[in-house]
Amino acid sequence: MGTLNITKAKKRLSNSNLLFIIAAVIFVLMYLFSIISFPGSFMQFQTFFDLFNLNAPLIIMTLGLCIVMIGGGIDISIGAVCGLVTMACAVLLESEMGSLWGALLLALGIGIAFGLLQGYLIAYLEIQPFIVTLAGLFLANGLLTTLHKDPINVTRPDFVALRDFDIVIPWLGTKNRLDIFIPCEIKPGVIVVVVLVALIAVLMKWSRFGRNVYAVGGNSQSAMMLGINVKRTVFLTYVICGLTAGIAGFVFIMTTGAGNIGNAAGFEIKAIASAIIGGTLLNGGVGNLLGAPIGVLTLLIINELIRAAGVQSNFQAIISGLLLYLFIVLQSVIMSLRDKSKFKLALPPWLKLPWVKDRKDAGTKG
Amino acid sequence: MRALKLQISHLFLPISVMVLLIIINLIKGADYFNITLVNGALYGNIPNILFGASELVILTIGMTLVTSASQGQDISIGVSATITSAIFVLFVLNAGQVTIFTILAGFLISCIAGLVIGAFNGILVSVFKVQPMIATLILLTGGRSIAFMIDGKLSPILANDISNQIGTVIPGLPLQTPIILTALFIVIVAVVLKTTNLRLYAESVGINPSAARLNGIDPKKIIFLTFLIMGVCSAVAGFIAVNKAGRHDSVNLLKFIMMDAILAVAIGGNSLIGGKFSITGSIIGAYTIEMLNRTLLRLEVETEAIKAFKAVFIIILMVVASPVVRVFAKKALDQIRSSLAGIAVKLTGAPKDTAVSGTDASGKKEN
Repeated sequence: MGTLNITKAKKRLSNSNLLFIIAAVIFVLMYLFSIISFPGSFMQFQTFFDLFNLNAPLIIMTLGLCIVMIGGGIDISIGAVCGLVTMACAVLLESEMGSLWGALLLALGIGIAFGLLQGYLIAYLEIQPFIVTLAGLFLANGLLTTLHKDPINVTRPDFVALRDFDIVIPWLGTKNRLDIFIPCEIKPGVIVVVVLVALIAVLMKWSRFGRNVYAVGGNSQSAMMLGINVKRTVFLTYVICGLTAGIAGFVFIMTTGAGNIGNAAGFEIKAIASAIIGGTLLNGGVGNLLGAPIGVLTLLIINELIRAAGVQSNFQAIISGLLLYLFIVLQSVIMSLRDKSKFKLALPPWLKLPWVKDRKDAGTKG
Repeated sequence: MRALKLQISHLFLPISVMVLLIIINLIKGADYFNITLVNGALYGNIPNILFGASELVILTIGMTLVTSASQGQDISIGVSATITSAIFVLFVLNAGQVTIFTILAGFLISCIAGLVIGAFNGILVSVFKVQPMIATLILLTGGRSIAFMIDGKLSPILANDISNQIGTVIPGLPLQTPIILTALFIVIVAVVLKTTNLRLYAESVGINPSAARLNGIDPKKIIFLTFLIMGVCSAVAGFIAVNKAGRHDSVNLLKFIMMDAILAVAIGGNSLIGGKFSITGSIIGAYTIEMLNRTLLRLEVETEAIKAFKAVFIIILMVVASPVVRVFAKKALDQIRSSLAGIAVKLTGAPKDTAVSGTDASGKKEN
């Protein structure tokens, strides 16, 4: 009896998991809808993989941002840092002494440097994260334009080979009109995404650091009383976020092969939106790392669907805004209905529906 | 006396920044405060700052209220100003003969549009309990396209005498019109805050919504109200901006102003997670940002590097103002003072009196 009740109590989903599941379900539904309405393009596996191929940087950035948001902060500098990394790498690769490994190190270095600076200011000097990361955004933008103003196309042979390198899946693919089999292709960036998602999800779920982040985000005061080093935890979240922004920048230039001022501009807003759609709350303490890729994909599939429908470009932005609106309202309604069912438990017993009563018993005994 | 002290410590940050900027400007050239009279209106560095920051100040006032009550920021202010000014331009261009009444009617209609936009955001935040940044993200995504469709074409031109005068100078008045409009707006806001309970209600909702609800203040209503005020603020700002520019550029009008507005709120000494607020601080913060921009231009920083310099300045500023550094500075100051008092005691050889007064002074400082 006791064990049964405990399992029942455990089965009740946490809010972040519920949001995550809503996002996942909506993503699947929208994908099914797009397959039904545009079977020609969305049935192909390549379309699905292209979602990852073209947007790997955004997913990586969102992962880092999720950690910061779970820890109760926010980082709006990631898009600008990513853009700075692409331009710096492009300049380095085009110069005499550039090398691929050097570019990778530079990307990671810039990311970590921004993470360290912002993390130190936020965690140890207790400055509001929004302002610090806004300054970081300005700084990265300013450095980007001082570094180089015109687009640079990287022409080094070893880099071009890396850029054009695709992982071919021979057993998956589609036949074109001439009946020639075209296998699916995956960019190396997707591998990075998969590895990072797995790594960071494990880190946040099972490591001591991950649990500390949840505790600090939920209530930093009580986390401190539990003996958690709050400042160091917050500091580390920003360092990881900067690191992921650096990786995202490298993946970005690996897919596009050019440094440009407009690279990754406005990605911070997209990343925040996807993190929230994926079930991470801005207040901190709540979130699911697997929600980051799901949130990005949900946001992207909206755009893909509108583009496939061939709507006029002005309506595109409006419709994506409307869909975002519907999505947010749906999330909120589901959450409030859920709260109401919790509220009903306070009713006198003779008013209760049988299954509600059951749950209350489980709650009290478990 | 104590209230005055509190207020001064609140305004310490924005005012010290302003003084610092003025000193930098004076080092660059002593003619900083020079004001010249051109065609009966005053021009110079200070009037230019007041002129340039007018939209930012108005938006910052609204942003302070929203931040205080809803514990979040409205990031759609630039976009909503673009939409309301598009409606204003549409009305004026279709009115035929442009008189002062058509401008006024257009302004009122744009204010109503601002209220509608505020209601849209406010319902999302208050009723559906969406976080403000996400709720306003919707408008940020689609808003500029809506403004473009209202315009019907790329940047319609607003060529008539009255809007030109609103954007620059009305003959006979010594100040540029946007400055006067901003001052008028600030006075109206000050009167509203003095005569109504809005400040108390917004602060209590921002500090703790459930506690406010138990005390009979409906958080939903207050948050909704702040968003309505934000809508009106953005309508006024859009009105000024479009008259200044003389044409309605739906893509670039007030593009990144939300960042500046949030920064102004923070420089003004307000917490970005709601609660107590100081409109005075925010206004000074907004003028400080404009002053900073113009100072960088005056120092002939390269245009590409301006953003980086701005960032460095903001970081230094926030470090100096951060609570940790402040406490540290206070402790250091006290230590120096007490050691000085000790030395004075040794030198004068009058131990009792001075020692007592010295400890007294340090005790006061700690309070």
